[in-house]
Amino acid sequence: MEQSEVVQLEHHENKNEVRNVTIILTILTIVELVLGFWMMKIDQPNLRLAIKGSIVILMLVKAFYIVGYFMHLKHEIKNLIMTIIVPLMLFVWFIAAFLYDGNSFKNLRNNYDPHFKEKSTQKVEAKEHNAEHGATTHDATEEHKEH
Amino acid sequence: MQTATTANPKWWNGGKSPFNVEYGKLMMWYFLMSDAFTFGAFLISYGTIRFSTNGWPDPNVVFQSFPFLGSGLPLMFVSLMTFILIISSVTMVLAVKAGHENNKQKVVTNLVWTIIGGIAFLSCQAWEWTHLHHEGAWWGANPFLNADGSQSSTNFTNYFFTITGFHGFHVFSGVIINIIMLIMTLNDTFEKRGHYLMIEKAGLYWHFVDLVWVFVFTCFYLI
Repeated sequence: MEQSEVVQLEHHENKNEVRNVTIILTILTIVELVLGFWMMKIDQPNLRLAIKGSIVILMLVKAFYIVGYFMHLKHEIKNLIMTIIVPLMLFVWFIAAFLYDGNSFKNLRNNYDPHFKEKSTQKVEAKEHNAEHGATTHDATEEHKEH
Repeated sequence: MQTATTANPKWWNGGKSPFNVEYGKLMMWYFLMSDAFTFGAFLISYGTIRFSTNGWPDPNVVFQSFPFLGSGLPLMFVSLMTFILIISSVTMVLAVKAGHENNKQKVVTNLVWTIIGGIAFLSCQAWEWTHLHHEGAWWGANPFLNADGSQSSTNFTNYFFTITGFHGFHVFSGVIINIIMLIMTLNDTFEKRGHYLMIEKAGLYWHFVDLVWVFVFTCFYLI
């Protein structure tokens, strides 16, 4: 019934496609984690930024594989691909404009509101927060009430 | 079902779907697109606030615990959660594939694995939320300092709990949808209908949940 309106197009699908995409996603995730662990040992802001950029690119590659192969969008006809992907292009503006705005707000406040800058960069005493919950649960909540 | 494989049908001439998918699947795609904008708005809002703030907590300090193994293990638990979701996405693909072959037994097996994966992910998230709550973190409460040792605001926990909570709610609905698909398969609903296309729509939703986690995982835990 429903499917009679759908034209069955020839499939050029690889038989091992699911397995291959699974392996690719696993490898990409492992690379992301390796970068994440590496970043913990690094203090240079520029290198950290470069690693973060690489992680974001890997994230987009993973998104491509999930949408393209698992959600099958790559094997649909062009009309469907376009009706989904073109509206999502708004994100390019959305991300660029808002992150730029956030960054600009920070710079303006740091430049024109010395009190804000002093307050937000002042070191405070590290609070007790042990990962062992249970024993320290009480302390943690108590501590938190004081603020 | 038509078996025409003409090279380039005139899609916009009428009489057939110009997108070459059945109505329900097209609507699922549009719903997922709108949902992508919702999640996108959440994550971009988070990014804007983070860019406008001088300091931010270090995720490797906040998320460093593993059940039964204690603390000092950054990234480990969240990697486990990520792999659970990827594997459950794979079993969902296999369930959809089995549906194309009208193989009921294989559909059931793979749907059960997908549901187990979803429940495992939700359990992990429940553990993590409970653990963070015990440390004093919640909406409006942030016990963690910024990475540079300065006082941090509650923006960090507010965004974390809102966005992972919204994602967790999607996982929960996905599990419910998959359970309904399993019951319908066991009742031979699809067998009588002659096709398993409904599983495909549930599959799209489930992969979307996995897709969103890729973004949440990167934005909160990695960078």
